[in-house]
Amino acid sequence: MKSRIVVGAHYGLRDWLAQRVTACVMALFTVIFVVKLLMLPEYTHEAWRAMFAGGFMRFITFLFWLSLFFHAWVGIRDIFMDYIKPVGIRLALHCVVLLLLIGYAGWAAQILWRL
Amino acid sequence: MSETAIKKPRPKHLDLIAIRLPLPGIVSILHRVSGAGLFLMLPVLLWLFGSSLASPESAAAAAACIANPFVKLVLFGLLWAYLHHFCAGIRFLFLDIHKGLDLPTARATSWAVLGVSLTLTVLIGAKLFLGGVI
Repeated sequence: MKSRIVVGAHYGLRDWLAQRVTACVMALFTVIFVVKLLMLPEYTHEAWRAMFAGGFMRFITFLFWLSLFFHAWVGIRDIFMDYIKPVGIRLALHCVVLLLLIGYAGWAAQILWRL
Repeated sequence: MSETAIKKPRPKHLDLIAIRLPLPGIVSILHRVSGAGLFLMLPVLLWLFGSSLASPESAAAAAACIANPFVKLVLFGLLWAYLHHFCAGIRFLFLDIHKGLDLPTARATSWAVLGVSLTLTVLIGAKLFLGGVI
């Protein structure tokens, strides 16, 4: 077995695939979002709010944000693996980014379910 | 590869100024740069998204923030980043399934990514700006 480094990627298809699947989810959401936006009767706060208030839109918007955070995790980790060589700094940065993204996921849920 | 081939000194162009990236390379590095920029601006985007939805007062506060020309410029930059990442990402998905790998096609789709994302940025940016949204 090849030696594995503690701050490396998961070895195998999983993250590579997750990055692509989340990309497709976000692309699909983007199309739905743009169509819904173009169908808005008027560009006001009420209309914008009503657009996200429906159960389906709230659900897929949350899925979009979750996909984005997972996608960002894989991408940012790839950047760190390319440019940040010292293991300690890289591990610290990985932790910061992971915790930030988990926090953002809570933030996104709060935004959508306080509507 | 033979020993002599490995020991032969090779030209290295790690000087970023001296490296001239081919067109698909430019699309690739812009994909990375746009992704990193979007990640760094996530708190701002989440704040704007949340404020725009929470209440008329918070939406007005977000609108007041966006009224600043510098903020507008940053948002147009992020709009481009999103659109470039979107278009280049679709191109990479096709490359993943071995479509468009030959050089002429790869160059043509690179131009298409740059052109389409810039055009969409101008069109959507103008619509948002003229519509008073941004």
